[in-house]
Order: sequence, then C-alpha cells, then structure tokens
Amino acid sequence: MKKLWRYLPALPALMLSGCTVDLLQPRGPVAEMNRDVMVAEFVIMMLVVVPTCAATLYFAWKYRASNKEVEYLPTWDHSTAIEYVIWGVPAILIALLGAISWWSTHAYDPYRPLQTADNVKPLNVQVVSLDWKWMFIYPDLGIATINQLDVPTNTPLNFQITSDSVMTSFFIPRLGSMIYAMPGEQTQLHLLASESGDYLGEASQFSGRGFSDMKFRTLAMDPAQFNDWVEKVKSGSENLDDTTYPKYAAPQEAAPVQYFAHVQPDLFDGIVAKYNNGMMVDKKTGKVMHMQSASNAAPSDTGMKE
Amino acid sequence: MLGKLSLSAIPLDVPILVGTFIGVAVIGLAVLGAVTYYGKWGYLWRDWLTTVDHKRLAVMYIILAIVMLFRGFADAIMMRTQLALAYKGNPGYLPPHHYDQIFSAHGTIMIFFMAMAFMTGLMNLVVPLQIGARDVAFPFLNSLSFYMTLVGALLINISLFIGEFAQCGWLVYPPLSEMQFSPGVGVDYYIWAVQISGVGTLLTGVNFFTTIVKMRAPGMGWMQMPVFTWTAFCTTVLIMVSFPVLTVTLALLSLDRYLGMHFFTNDAGGNVMLYLSMIWTWGHPEVYILVIPAFGVFSEVTATFSQKPLFGYKTMVYATCSIMVLSFVVWVHHFFTMGAGANVNTFFGIMTMIIAVPTGVKIFNWLFTMYKGRVEFTAPMHWTLGFMITFSIGGMTGVMLAMPAADWILHNSLFLIAHFHNVIIGGVYFGYIAGMGFWFPKAFGFKLNEAWGKRAFWCWFVGFYLAFIPLYVLGLEGMTRRMNHYDNPDWYPWMLVAEVGAIVIALGIVCQLTQLYVSIRDRNLPENLDLTGDPWNGRTLEWSISSPPPAYNFAVIPDIHGLDTFHTEKQLGLKAHGKPLAPIHMPKNTSAGVFIGLFSFILGFASIWYIWWLAAIGLIGIVATMILRSANRDVDYYVPVSEIEHNEEVYSRRIAAAQAAE
Amino acid sequence: MAHEATMSPLAHADDHHGEHHESPNVFGFWLYLMTDCVLFGSIFAAFAVLRNQFAGGPSGKELFDLTNVGIETAILLFSSITYGFASLNALAKNKKMVLLWLAVTFVLGVSFVGLELNEFSSMIAEGNGPDRSAFLSAFFTLVGTHGLHVTCGLIWMVVLMVQMMGPQDLSERMMNKLACLSLFWHFLDIVWICVFSFVYLAGVM
Repeated sequence: MKKLWRYLPALPALMLSGCTVDLLQPRGPVAEMNRDVMVAEFVIMMLVVVPTCAATLYFAWKYRASNKEVEYLPTWDHSTAIEYVIWGVPAILIALLGAISWWSTHAYDPYRPLQTADNVKPLNVQVVSLDWKWMFIYPDLGIATINQLDVPTNTPLNFQITSDSVMTSFFIPRLGSMIYAMPGEQTQLHLLASESGDYLGEASQFSGRGFSDMKFRTLAMDPAQFNDWVEKVKSGSENLDDTTYPKYAAPQEAAPVQYFAHVQPDLFDGIVAKYNNGMMVDKKTGKVMHMQSASNAAPSDTGMKE
Repeated sequence: MLGKLSLSAIPLDVPILVGTFIGVAVIGLAVLGAVTYYGKWGYLWRDWLTTVDHKRLAVMYIILAIVMLFRGFADAIMMRTQLALAYKGNPGYLPPHHYDQIFSAHGTIMIFFMAMAFMTGLMNLVVPLQIGARDVAFPFLNSLSFYMTLVGALLINISLFIGEFAQCGWLVYPPLSEMQFSPGVGVDYYIWAVQISGVGTLLTGVNFFTTIVKMRAPGMGWMQMPVFTWTAFCTTVLIMVSFPVLTVTLALLSLDRYLGMHFFTNDAGGNVMLYLSMIWTWGHPEVYILVIPAFGVFSEVTATFSQKPLFGYKTMVYATCSIMVLSFVVWVHHFFTMGAGANVNTFFGIMTMIIAVPTGVKIFNWLFTMYKGRVEFTAPMHWTLGFMITFSIGGMTGVMLAMPAADWILHNSLFLIAHFHNVIIGGVYFGYIAGMGFWFPKAFGFKLNEAWGKRAFWCWFVGFYLAFIPLYVLGLEGMTRRMNHYDNPDWYPWMLVAEVGAIVIALGIVCQLTQLYVSIRDRNLPENLDLTGDPWNGRTLEWSISSPPPAYNFAVIPDIHGLDTFHTEKQLGLKAHGKPLAPIHMPKNTSAGVFIGLFSFILGFASIWYIWWLAAIGLIGIVATMILRSANRDVDYYVPVSEIEHNEEVYSRRIAAAQAAE
Repeated sequence: MAHEATMSPLAHADDHHGEHHESPNVFGFWLYLMTDCVLFGSIFAAFAVLRNQFAGGPSGKELFDLTNVGIETAILLFSSITYGFASLNALAKNKKMVLLWLAVTFVLGVSFVGLELNEFSSMIAEGNGPDRSAFLSAFFTLVGTHGLHVTCGLIWMVVLMVQMMGPQDLSERMMNKLACLSLFWHFLDIVWICVFSFVYLAGVM
C-alpha cells in the first residue's frame, strides 16, 4: 500500500498520457487561437493566483495566535500604499486581458470568413440541428449527410447553422469555436481543419432525452480523398427533398449515419423560413423571399423506423 | 374535476422514488410522532410557526436550507454515480427521463432553496442585531417571505412523488420548456415553485432594505455599518432590481404554456434569445445575491479571528458596491455563442473581467487583515482560508470563461460546471457554513463543536477538489454538461475520481451532522456555553447582548460613535449603556403567514395540475387572509420594564458567572 | 397607548431619543413600487423586442381604436384627480368626503377596466387573441398586467372603504394605507401613460 502512494503524484500524468485533451490539441487555426488565448489567460491569472494562495497560507501560519514572537498590530487597518497595489495590480492585469479579449474577439469572430494563403475556395456547409441528430447539407455539391461531417483539410469551412427543433449548439472541439443553432435563425461559423483526422463533433446545448447521443464524427481528409468521398455519396440513391425530409427529420435517438445523393437546393432556406411565417432573407441580396416549398409539415413520428 | 391529475401520476414503477418516499414518510412520521409524544404542538405553533421574530425565522430558514442541501446533494451524488457507471454501452441506472429531472432539480434546489434560504437565514439572524434594531421593518412580511420560500421548496419536492419535475435544466430554456417539447407538468412545477419563492425573496429584499435604511441605531451612519450589513444591503438592492425580471420571464413562459401565447415559441414570432437575455438579467445578479453576503461573513470572521479590524473597510464597501453595479452589465457572457457581433461580445467580456478587480481587492483585504494579527484557527476560520484559496482558483477560471474567444470552446462544457461549483461551493457554501459556525452561539447560546467542524471542513475541501478538478479536465477534453452516458475511454477515469470526490463530500456532510449532534449533546459543558454573549471577542453589536438574545434584542438601543463601537468600548472598559429602561413596543406573532403560505401552496399545486376550482379556492384564500390581516388591529404589545429588568439581571449574573469561572 | 399600531411598531420604539421615525410602511411600499417599475420595465422590453412580430396577423395600426383608448386614458387620469381629492379630505379628517371621493375613484376605475375588457373581448372575438402572434401576446400581457394592477387597486380600495366605516376610522394606520394606495394609484397612471404612448400611439403611427 505504501508503495502505491509513491506513484500518486504521477497519477494525473498517467491518466492524461494517451488521452486526447481536445481543447489543448487543436487541429485548426481557430482552435489554436482558442487554445492560445485560454492558456495565455491561465498564465497571466496564475501570476496573481499563485502568490495570493501562497500568501494566504503564509500569513495565516506566520500570524497564528500561538506565535507570540511576531509583531501584532491590533488596530492597524489601513495603508494607502497597499491599497494602491491591490487595486492597481489586478487592474493592470485585467487591462492586459481586456486587450487580448478585444483582439481575439474581433480577429476570430465566428462570423468572419477565414482565408488560406493560397486562397482555397471555401466549402459551404449548411447545418441543421434536429432531434437528436445533425444534418449536413453541402449546397454546392448537392449532397447531404446525417451525423457525419466530411471536410477537406486546409479549406475554409463556411457553416450556416439552424435548427428544426429546439435550440442547440454546434461544436467540434478540436476545430474550435461553437455557435448556437436556433430555429428560424441562421447563425454562421467559420472553421478550418489543418490536419486530417477523425474528430468528435457534438451538441453542447442540452436538447432533451436523446441529447447524450447527439454526436457526429468529423472526418477531415485531404481534398483528393474528399472528392472521392463526394463521388461515393453521389453514387447513392437516397433523395432529400420536401417529401422525404419530414421522415428523416423525425425525432430519433442515436441516429445512424446516412448519405443523401441528391438534395433539393432550397431545403435549408425552407427550414429557416418555416419559423418565419414562410419568409426568408437572402443573405447575399438582403431581399426577403417567400418560400413556398419546404417542409411546412412539422416533423412527425412517422418514419422513425428507418 | 382533478385536471391532469390521476393515479398514474404517482411513479410507482420507479424503485428509487418509492424507496425515497418511504424514507421521507418514515422520517416525517417520526418527527410528527415525537412532537405529539412530547406534547410540543402548542409550543411549536405559538413560538415557532407563527413567530415574527427574525431570529427564529432565521433558524427556520437555515433548517430548511440544510434539509434542501440533503436533497440537492442526493441528486448530485446520483448524477456522479450515473456517470461513473454509464460508460461504453452501459446505460447506468438512471434513464434520461429520470436523470434529466435530477440535474434540473439539483440546480433549482441548490440555488433557490439551499443557497437563497441559507443566505436569507443568515441575514435574518444577523442584520437587525448588527444595526441595533429590535426586529426588521415588517416582521409579518418576514414571516410571509419564509412561508413563500417553504411552499416553493414543498412543491419542488412533491414533484418527486406526484408527477415529474422539469427535464430541461435549472433555467428551463425554451423552446425545450415550451408545451411543444415539454408537455408534462415538470416545467409547471418549476415555474410555480420558483415564482412563489421568488415573491418571498422580493419581499425579503424590500423588508431588509427598509430595515437597514430606516432602523439603524442612532449614530450609525453608512460608513459605521458593519461589513456584513453592507453586503446584505447590496444584496437587497440586487434582489429588488433583479427578481421582478425573473418573475416576468417565468410569467411569460407560463403564458406561453398555459394560454398558448408566443413569447418564446419557435413559431408565430417568438424569440428564444429574449428569454435568455431576460433570465440572465436576473441570473447573473443572482449569483452575486448569493456570494456578496458570503463576502460579508468572511469579512466578519477574518477580522474577529485575526483579532484586528478589517483591513480597508472603505475599500471593502466600495468594492462590494461596484460588484453590485457591475453585475447588471455582464449577462451576455452567458451566451457569447449566440452569434452576437464582436463589439457586443468584447464589451460584455471586458465588463465581466472588470468584476475580477473589486473581487481581487476583497481577497487582498482579507489577506492583510490577517497580516500582523493573531489568527485563531477556529472552524469558521478554516472555511475562510479554504475559501480564499478555492475562490481564487474559481475566480481565475471565471476570468478565463469571460474571454469570448475562450468561452467559444468552454461554453456548456464541464469546465463551466467546475467553474461555477468552484465559486458556489468555495465561495457561497463555505461562507454560509463559516457564518453558521460564527453566529450559532448567538442564536442558541452554545458553540458548535470545533473538532467535528474542522473534520467537516477537510472533507469538503479535499472532496471538492477531487470532485471538480476532474470536471475541469473533462471540460478540456471536450465533454459537455448534462450528458447521461458516453463512450469516450478518456473520460471514464476522471469520472471515477469525481465520484470519489462526491463520496468525500458526503463524509463532510456526515461530519456536519455529527457536529450538530455532538454540539447539542454537549451544550451544557462549560467550554461550550456562551454565557457572556460574546464568545469570540467580537467587534459588532450582536455580541453586546446575551445569547440567545431576548425577543426585543436590545434592552436599550445603543448609541453608535463609529465603526466597531462595541469593540472600542470593550477595550476601553466602558459600560455600553446606563440609560433608563422603557417599555418596548413589539409585534405579536401571527398565523397569517402560515395561512397565506397554505393557500399559495393550494394555488400552485392546483395550477400545475389544471385543477381550476381548487386554484380559485387558493387565490380567494390568499386575498381573504390578507384582508383579514389588514383588518386586525391587535398586532402589537408592550414588554413591561419589569420583564426587561429581569432579563437584564439574569444576563448580568451569567456574565459574572463566566468571569468567575475564568 | 399614544400611538396606533402600524404594521411595524418597532420603528417607534426608541421614542426616548426624542426621534420619531416616520412610518417605514410608506417607504417600504414606495420600494415595492420601484420593483413593480422593474416588472413593467421588463414587460415593456419584451414588447419592444416583439412589437413587429405579427406572424402574418394584424398590426397595431389595424387593431387599435384611439378613441376608445383616449376615453380610457381620460378616465384613468381623472380618477387620479379624484383620488387626490380623497387624500386632501383625509388630511382634513373629513371621513365622509374621503369615502365619497374614493367611491367616485372606484367607479372610474371600474369603467376603465370595463372598457379594457371590452376592447380585449372584441379583439379575441375577431380571432386576434394573444395566441395569434408574438406581437399580440406582448400586447395583451403588457396591457393586461396593467389592468390586473388596476383591478387589485380597486379591491384594495373597497377594503379600505369598508374598514374606514368600521373601527379603524381615519387612524394613523389608515392614513398610511391611504397614502400607499395613493402611491399605487398614481403609479398606475404613470405606467398607463407609457402604455398609451409606446403601445397605442407608437403602434398607430
């Protein structure tokens, strides 16, 4: 038993070895920035926290009642110099953190498109959060998937996000920032995967009974492989349009991955418009369009057994 | 006739609930039996249930808080156990339907019925005594507030056995909490429990604000007010400004649910973000409502047990007030991931970080209060030191979350859960327990057992780190909150460590119960008795009177000449007062609060189940009781001089006995 | 006993200092009104957010009848004046006149609530109830909350009138109650002016 205790300090290291600490091991520029900001903050805050904790223990011990040898000032309760320091030091640190905050929030605003050095054409992905699964529509490729997001590496990813159920949050920890998915709204997120790999994607906002299984795999692969994958999906036969959509959108727990070879072009807009009295703002022209089509029927339980 | 209520609402098929019900029923019957056996019903009714005495209400609040702590903690350890089991295909022992209710109830109970009740209890016990008042400004409203809180707590606990509780988190975000997605009665239980107790809290806010403004002893200016009273004052301001927003927010949600309106629905123009904005306009000040009085406790405890005045009293007051103001301009940091513009996010991020400045100042103030003092390591001081370390860490992670760029990956993760438990356990809970140990002798006339208090502290302290450091790590590993099961092998070992932490905290709670038991058993031992009313060589007015104080608190209202007048006069050997006694005008006890509470319960329960005739009875009952109360002219009495003289004599004899013993 | 019991006798307790605190009741009630102000403020905020969410339903322009609302406004403002007369007579200890003016105020208040209910019921009858759109939800809730407050004020008024005829007379305690109701009544007037301007006028413009 005694021997075991000796290894105790190594335990955290042991537990972490071989583990993926998603947020500390980013696979894209956004996630790198997230990590760097977080770590910088941690270090800067530690500059105050460590001395404070140490001083707490030191003062408490040094000025313990039984230690009659140290000075005792029973009425001392003010020192302008100390006051300056205790207001000044935190204020300076917060000013520094504030500057970092200003810079990082603006530079990496999730709404700001990313650019690569060689100006790679971005990939558009429309994300629909459903009960309890994710639908990914690739509008430029005319394909869609459920619960699996395939992306090419080193390509800016432009996500348009909405929900056809409750509010959730779209999050791929190793690629960085998350954004809410809200019914009737379109939020945006811009990410980039710099290395190929299989990353966890999840819903981070609780959304009901099937929430724990509302996960998807994010497969980042080099562009050639991605093109192969697109061809593979296109060779399938499943269609995603107004008639089939309600079936696939119906509530489902731990939904399996699905591919759709053809997607009706305005499907996403229709899903957003459904909650806006059939109205939809075109992001490019700013014009309000009236959506005739699109899933006016709310998803029902029919077709659960797919 | 019975609305939605039917026999099927009773969850006989869930063994955990049946077992709990039997346990609660046995304990409840045992208590009722004991009261009957010892013939204490009259005493209980006259001296406690109908009391308007702030000290007794305080005791009842704190008992409620401790009972709710058990309930909330039971929920917590069930969740930890579920997650220590539900790995790799093992569904655990709690299906989502049950698990989702547990985490919703855990948050709701801990915030509204544990922390709020505890905080109100401490304020009730201490504020009037610290400002030299004989009771609060509106003693009847004080009793009513207590019953409103109690009714809320009852409703939420009844949901265990009749129907279900909300399954959408402790802030019931729509649209999940709308009829479309949550057609059961769970959200209605939440709404009515929180609304009814919210009325009580609002009345408490008005009551204590008036008390502090209008009823301070002569000579006590704003800058002569004890720090705890200052913090209580700031809390009442926060309550008065933020609780009406909560009332409106939940009222709008109930209009959606009951009348089919469209405030937060997906369709017909409802706006979910409106709910988030409104609920956090209340929600962020709420955490300061809880923690600011805890800061007050730490200030009193540190100064008393360092045997020095508080360092930088004025700074402390300014810091508290600036936290109070800033807490209203930070709410958007709860949804940086909504997709707001960069300027909005930066503004709220920086405002949030700025709060760290006055909070840091407070920590340094306590630090320099110990500096060149004579620190006595009593149990309250243990909690305070534990707080200073734990809260510094919690504050650090809070600042990390305040940075939008970091929050975009930490939002809704277990890192966030670890952060707010870090500040709520390390700040709020440690503070309230320190306060309970500190003022316990004032309320009951004997001290709490030190050894068991320290054991409880160490269990809580170590247990806290064991339970929540893993959650920080899990957050960094990308695990989100409110998950029922998972299959990531990296997460599993940390969940086991967290479970061990929860068990160590459970031991801490056992130690606290033992502490209560041992203290009550040994209350008459000379070292435990508080004969002088001043067991800690205290600094503020509450220590200038006997423990427990007479109903009227002060035989003669003291004159105040500065901060810590009582301590100064004690040092100079001055007799505090030699003024002539006069009859004291006091409020009579009243059962109106009990009845309004009872009718509110009926109203709430009936509305939850759509039993409208019964709801009407509840509503009419409330109005009728209020009208009857307002017509009642027999609401006060005078304490004769002879009785005051007698009490004073007894007190003098006890002080003499204590001095002789030394 | 020299002074009447109030809800809080305690503030009077230290007479021997020669200080006579004013009753905390009016101050406390004033504080309560401030919290009520926050309450209305929140509903106004919700209304502001949702004011254009017609969801294909009618807008304020199509629904509001300013004549009707103008009459309501006039009635409520006039009821504040009549309550003022009641207050003046209370100071003069003229109980009969107090009762008379309270009765007038009460009748005006009831007519206000009646007109409002009439407006509501005709809107609901035309299918434009609070469940039609977010705008209408906010409209009904805001105006309805005000109406509910007025109704509570009316009940309170009746209770005070009955008590005044009974043993409480125009005691100090009763004077405090009249002062609180007066604050409440005038406060509701101010809220109504905001409702009138921001909901009706702005809706029609």
